[in-house]
Amino acid sequence: MKSRYSIFSLARNAMNYHKDWERAWRSPAPKAEYDAVIVGAGGHGLATAYYLAKNHKMANIAILEKGWLGGGNTGRNTTIIRSNYLQDASIAIYELARSLYEGRSQELNYNVMFSPRGVLMLCQTEHELRAFKRTAHANRLAGLDCRMISPAEVKEIVPIINDDPNCRYPILGAYYQPRGGTARHDAVAWGYARGADALGVDIIQNCEVTGITREGGKVVGLETSRGLIKTKKVGVVTAGNVSTLMQTAGVRMPIESLCLQALVSEPIKPVIDCVVMANTVHGYISQSDKGELVIGGGTDPYNNYSQRGSFPSLEHTVTALVETFPIISRLRMLRMWGGIVDMTGDRSPIISKTDVEGLYVNCGWGTGGFKAIPGSGCVFADTIAHDRPHPIAEPFGLSRFAEGRLIDESVAAAVAH
Amino acid sequence: MLVVHCPVCGAEGDETDFHGGGQAHVRRPATHDPVNVSDEAQRDYLFIRHNPKGLHFERWRCDRGCGKWFHAARDTVTMEFKAFYGITELPPRELMEQATGEWATYFKDKLKAEAKS
Repeated sequence: MKSRYSIFSLARNAMNYHKDWERAWRSPAPKAEYDAVIVGAGGHGLATAYYLAKNHKMANIAILEKGWLGGGNTGRNTTIIRSNYLQDASIAIYELARSLYEGRSQELNYNVMFSPRGVLMLCQTEHELRAFKRTAHANRLAGLDCRMISPAEVKEIVPIINDDPNCRYPILGAYYQPRGGTARHDAVAWGYARGADALGVDIIQNCEVTGITREGGKVVGLETSRGLIKTKKVGVVTAGNVSTLMQTAGVRMPIESLCLQALVSEPIKPVIDCVVMANTVHGYISQSDKGELVIGGGTDPYNNYSQRGSFPSLEHTVTALVETFPIISRLRMLRMWGGIVDMTGDRSPIISKTDVEGLYVNCGWGTGGFKAIPGSGCVFADTIAHDRPHPIAEPFGLSRFAEGRLIDESVAAAVAH
Repeated sequence: MLVVHCPVCGAEGDETDFHGGGQAHVRRPATHDPVNVSDEAQRDYLFIRHNPKGLHFERWRCDRGCGKWFHAARDTVTMEFKAFYGITELPPRELMEQATGEWATYFKDKLKAEAKS
């Protein structure tokens, strides 16, 4: 049992010059066999392992990670959390995740710094205004706490916004989710890792899975850089690298891997205390607790596995935001990076069983996976434990692509997702 | 920044002068046999994509030049273009031989056919 983090443990360790903090998770050697193995220790994978252990009492499980945990898209996103999607299936899973974020710090005993500071999605064309009104009605029917707000209210919430009615993309209103916000993405990964480890999950880093071994139609194990690991249940949660791994089991995926970039500015005094997404001009922005403006945009338009993006996409994003927030035009940018996102045709995720017995896949979160981590982990763990799709996961099955039953979110959230 | 070369008009420019059109050599089943298109075949055509880490074959369009579509072979890790070729053509033989995974399967028959002729 791990000791709890609290004000008292902080004080006690401070007295002792922080020499006695125990490790947040172990680094065990892989066992020869597990009841279930999760591939990929990002947020979704760690949450899946945590809920398998916690809700479904599976103790003999491992999570394999080729690099370090939380080092992929979990540590590369712009940390936005919202649930105001258009389709019912999306609303169900994203709202489950958003509501679970509210209690994460308490349940995990790890401060994930969830900050429900409000998310504004700007309407900058008549078309976008109408589209968001439609989303607002859909969300209201689903019981979400969201509303359309006027340009005057937008200006009140975000005083630095350009409210010139004669600019190219004037603010015509915004779709506002006051309970949306941000969280610290690393802490989400670390909190779930610590929680899973405490429940007996083996987190094995620097262990790359090179192939999925099948016997007939069943999974029997995994080939890894640290030897063969036997298991009958495998959950693949490898985002941008999902196609290549699933191919080793003979499963072809409706996925393309693209690069999505983000960047942060030099730290400045607080100027914006909510998240603003400008979908028409392709940019979104929030301010971190350190004062850096956290900026994201659209993906590069071609397949990429290099975790490095191209300058035209960045320029496009920054141009859009400078027009929307003229006061940031002189800011210098500190860092930029890219992550490899797994895009599906309908811009909705895949949480699914496969034709191979014991092989499950959770991917396709594309440009918007961070917000869904707790919900995705919860329903994917349930899917693996009971070998049938959780009701919330069911619409996201792989079969939807053959049945034409798409969950089309590319209209409502083409860019910022 | 990618530097792209159009094999049709010979124009060279950066990626903003061109338009990436996704995976190359996708066959629309209904064009060839409209009566017998299974759900699976239509799914494969619309959604299933080769997504290799390494050598990939794509369509591009010469947006600000001749406006024609063409093919390109590119490495998705190094971002290096290996070849540009016409929209009705197959890639150079050595690239078809280097292809891995799903692309290797796709080019196997083409290589055989080429060897015969």
